[in-house]
Amino acid sequence: MRRIYLDNNATTPILPEVLEAMRPYFGEHFGNASSIHHHGQETRAAVERARDLVASLLGCRAAEVVFTSGGTEGDNLAIAGLASAGDHIITSTIEHHAVLLTCKHLEETGCEVTYVSVDGRGLIDPDDVRRFLRPNTKLISIMMANNETGVLQPVEEIGKIAAEAEAYFHTDAVQAAGKVPIDVNRIGCDVLSISGHKMHAPQGVGALYVRKATNLQPLFYGGRHERSRRAGTENVPGIVALGKAAELAMQGFERGDDKKISAWRDRLQQGILAQVGEGAVNGDAAPRVPNTTNISFDSIEGESMVIALDLKGLAVSTGAACTSGAIEPSHVLTAMGLRSDRARASIRFSLGKQNTAEDIDLALALVPETVARLRELSPVYKKQAVSS
Amino acid sequence: MLNPKTIAVAMSGGVDSSTVAAMLRAEGHNVIGLTMQLWNQRRLAGHEGMPEQVTGRCCSLDDVYDARRVAQHIGIPYYVVNHEERFERDVVRPFVAEYLSGRTPIPCSLCNNHLKFDQLLVVAQQIGADCVATGHYARVEYDEARGRWLLKRPADRSKDQTYFLFGLTQEQLSRTLFPLGGMTKPEVRELARKQGLALAEKPDSQEICFVPGGDYKRFIDAYLAESGEALPDTAGELVTANGEVIGEHSGIHNFTIGQRKGLGVATGSPLYVIQINGADKQVIVGGDEHLYSRTLRARRVNLISVDELPEPMRVCVKIRHRHEPAAAVLEKAGDDELVVTFDQPQRAITPGQAAVFYDDDIVVGGAWIA
Repeated sequence: MRRIYLDNNATTPILPEVLEAMRPYFGEHFGNASSIHHHGQETRAAVERARDLVASLLGCRAAEVVFTSGGTEGDNLAIAGLASAGDHIITSTIEHHAVLLTCKHLEETGCEVTYVSVDGRGLIDPDDVRRFLRPNTKLISIMMANNETGVLQPVEEIGKIAAEAEAYFHTDAVQAAGKVPIDVNRIGCDVLSISGHKMHAPQGVGALYVRKATNLQPLFYGGRHERSRRAGTENVPGIVALGKAAELAMQGFERGDDKKISAWRDRLQQGILAQVGEGAVNGDAAPRVPNTTNISFDSIEGESMVIALDLKGLAVSTGAACTSGAIEPSHVLTAMGLRSDRARASIRFSLGKQNTAEDIDLALALVPETVARLRELSPVYKKQAVSS
Repeated sequence: MLNPKTIAVAMSGGVDSSTVAAMLRAEGHNVIGLTMQLWNQRRLAGHEGMPEQVTGRCCSLDDVYDARRVAQHIGIPYYVVNHEERFERDVVRPFVAEYLSGRTPIPCSLCNNHLKFDQLLVVAQQIGADCVATGHYARVEYDEARGRWLLKRPADRSKDQTYFLFGLTQEQLSRTLFPLGGMTKPEVRELARKQGLALAEKPDSQEICFVPGGDYKRFIDAYLAESGEALPDTAGELVTANGEVIGEHSGIHNFTIGQRKGLGVATGSPLYVIQINGADKQVIVGGDEHLYSRTLRARRVNLISVDELPEPMRVCVKIRHRHEPAAAVLEKAGDDELVVTFDQPQRAITPGQAAVFYDDDIVVGGAWIA
């Protein structure tokens, strides 16, 4: 069976160039980047080259890049590293759980947190953020792009609000990195997290931009790695890979890869809507990252749809997976005002650099026939058809 | 393999359903593993005296882990499907409501009727499976002469689960496989070992899956508290069969027919709960002899081996899971209602339980005791 992967917001395949770049650091170049000898110097140089590349991708100085184990660590470090008991935090209801659950934890330890919601387009209103400011607002954490809808949030405006209020601004840019250009100075953020595996580097590596002179408490103690912001021997192969992926992302923007991907995404979205009837795109009234579309299909269970498509070789997803792997109605879609049955009837398609035009054609053949079969067997759909 | 089918196996993470998946896979079928996520055990943890640590078995991460490992081991695709909302609506709420109105419910039958052989069957068909297989001990066969699908008792009578399956319709039975129907439990474990399943020695589960430790009273308290609903006051009088009030009781949901302990009264001869009167909140007590009755009425009938009951029929009737079927006559008594008249009086006929009718090893049908 030919398998097509359209779940790149969950994770992406490592690009061949990235794999090539990291390969020597599993064998030949194995040194601890903190060692003083030749082996350490070799890997230290590689880590710093990667840091330069990530800094270029984010528009910051190399010294402001902290390598982490990924997006979750970055979000935890940013939030728990900046806010403590007595501080007020503003975040949103549509954040990734890495942000939401860190905030929940801080609430238990004496922080106050305000959760800003979104409108029907999936957008946060910067005025809401402004309205909720308090004298003790220490941190604003609003994501750059949403993982489920791909909607890009007005982070530049929020950055200005944070600056005026003298609050720190963190943005979770995990779903934006590699998909849209990022410039930390235009955004006006103090901390920004990215993850390697969402941009064709491997799982287990990420980076956190920390503006110079930001007083960030570390999560880990055990050494002066990463300018004492993140103790622990560097994951050299991962870091090298992240550097390479950053370089490829920048080359991609120059080539206009993002435009190609958004054209495929639009073709997929329109093709599906034209064939299934009674479908709607969530978040298409807002600016979105080029690779993502989230479609609600009436009268189906998204869960059955994902399974049925997987058994036919097409990998997509719905909502956020809980620990058991079962699906809960998406907190993002319900925050946008979707009823829970509608939220459960939603599927996320997310493209990556490895996808081809043929993948889109095959998906366009598989999705409508699957929706038709699901509806045919759906007790809900039958009932509606009879009554209408 | 002559006719390879696409079969969805309902996998609980236990030995029985795991062995079913391995068997069908070894026979060359195209097998898809499905686990139903029905109840979040953490939801009530710490509420109203419920244990902080999750102890129940239902949909626990451990069971999902076990099921997934089996699927990986035998090389089949495996998915968890979430039916928590439907389970709460169709199983948990009725379970609580039945106890509060003085009856003793059987959630397993409700789960079979509304979840396993309804929702799961729909999902199975939607994802391209011809039928659903489970690890129940029962047999299903098509009878050409009658033109009907039959539900029959399994080879291993000690594991017979037909009592919980009486609600299956012809359509559901036509799409259901019970591959363990011809096997004994030791044979199943032996097969599990031969298939190299790591959980071959895993103990059987006994209790109601969503009620940790079987303490349903504590569960009802915790469930209502968590839903923000007050526990209705079901306390009332303790009355003898002659109508004499001999004390008070804490709430009708704390009692079941035949219960002897916890009545809070001391008398010379042993007293048992012989009836629960939901409307008056009375718990009626009496001697052992009062527990016996020759008739029962049952409603919400599902017939399997026959499509109607034009005249009285001699059958054997089971009135609870662990009950030796007793000879009786089954008779229609109005719309969707039956009367069962036993040859010998039966002890502790309990409203809320099912009466399941057998003709030798064939399940004629069943209904809920009124």
